[in-house]
Amino acid sequence: MSHPSHAQPSISSVFTALVRRDVTLAWGQGGASLLALGFFLIAVSLFPFGVGPEPQILARIAPGIIWVVALLASVVSLDRLYQADYEDGSLDDLVLSPMGLVGIAGAKVLAHWLSTTLPLAVAAPALAVLLNFPDEGYWVLVGSLLIGTPALSLIGSIGASLTVAVRRGGVLMFLLILPLYVPTLIFGVGAVDAAVMMGDPLPHLALLAATTLIALVVSLAASAAALKLALE
Amino acid sequence: MHRFANPAQFNRLADAVMPWAMIATVLLFGAGLYYALIGSPPDYQQGESVRVMYVHVPAAWMGMFIYVVIAVASFVALVWRHPLALLAGKAAAPIGATFTALALITGMLWGKPMWGTYWVWDGRLTSVLVQFFLYLGYMALWKAMDDEEKAGNAASILALVGVVNIPIIKFSVDWWSTLHQPASVMRLDGPTIDGTMLVPLFLMAAAYQVYFIVVFIWRMKLEVNNRKLSVMRGSGMEN
Repeated sequence: MSHPSHAQPSISSVFTALVRRDVTLAWGQGGASLLALGFFLIAVSLFPFGVGPEPQILARIAPGIIWVVALLASVVSLDRLYQADYEDGSLDDLVLSPMGLVGIAGAKVLAHWLSTTLPLAVAAPALAVLLNFPDEGYWVLVGSLLIGTPALSLIGSIGASLTVAVRRGGVLMFLLILPLYVPTLIFGVGAVDAAVMMGDPLPHLALLAATTLIALVVSLAASAAALKLALE
Repeated sequence: MHRFANPAQFNRLADAVMPWAMIATVLLFGAGLYYALIGSPPDYQQGESVRVMYVHVPAAWMGMFIYVVIAVASFVALVWRHPLALLAGKAAAPIGATFTALALITGMLWGKPMWGTYWVWDGRLTSVLVQFFLYLGYMALWKAMDDEEKAGNAASILALVGVVNIPIIKFSVDWWSTLHQPASVMRLDGPTIDGTMLVPLFLMAAAYQVYFIVVFIWRMKLEVNNRKLSVMRGSGMEN
């Protein structure tokens, strides 16, 4: 099909183009990024109403609230990760590009991280202030989110690709992804708790990084396999 | 490998195994329950409550074992496109979910008098709960798509991803020191519990195992026949 005078685009140029396109779409009108940020903000601010405004209680549970809501915000923004491209047929076009399904999944995940879950990590300190979060924990809170949010996008990609052909797969995706988020949540919150309680956050951060790396290996392969299945 | 892909061959094998598995189930459950409830001494610390263990521990083993069965079946189904392997995962999943739920519930009932609480969020309990959720997700994905084969393949990928959880369950009691007791049977230096308690434990484990085989074969035959029916309906509509 390809015309001899047109050279195949290089893998890296397709990859960057796809990442740029997805980030632009996510930040554009009605994009997922602002919605996820809004969800993050509102859901976190519900907790003081739910558990009461006592500063000590809020400070104690702030790491857990922020981490749990961050991973919920991540899933909320995931259900169109592949589905929009699957439904309008652009996924079929992308498959013809030289980078293959693993590359597509990688670009999509990277774009989702840059546009949606990374901003959550940046916004987290502002919300921590509202929750009376202790000063000594801020760096570890942001650091744990920086290390852990790629895992959220990666693991989320597994659920998004498995449910790509499912109509109204959103709730199902929650059921598939949330159990797999548990290790990320445990080590992420563990690091912040350790920092706040004068412990050593480093072992937790190391385990969190390990979780992210395992997610990198497993998720791209699983997502590619799931997409291949959906496109058959 | 594809020798067993022939449903007729599978049915022959299943019919040959079935009566023996049923007899073994009845005998092993009879002996296991006798030793678990009557023929074994109460624990010096736990008293009669130790008898919950004979239901609880083998159920937890089965929950893990069946997950591994599903994972192996999923792998075979994805790599060799083996149709019966796909159905094997589907047939095994509800049994595994039930055993996992049984382990969780009996553990809670035992925990209340022994630990003073039904539930603690420690590594073992949490990872078994996650395994239960993975079973639910696997079964939900099977039901989510009209195309049986696509649904099954998607569920198989999920099952393989979830295998990560199995070593976490096994070693959770060693990695985190928590309320749940460390491994006392499956350890390298031999079991640390008394022989009088190992007898009912292993009898019950064997009973669960053959019970699984019986129900699994039933469900496999059901799935194979369902598949046959839908093929017949499909070809009938074309004519």
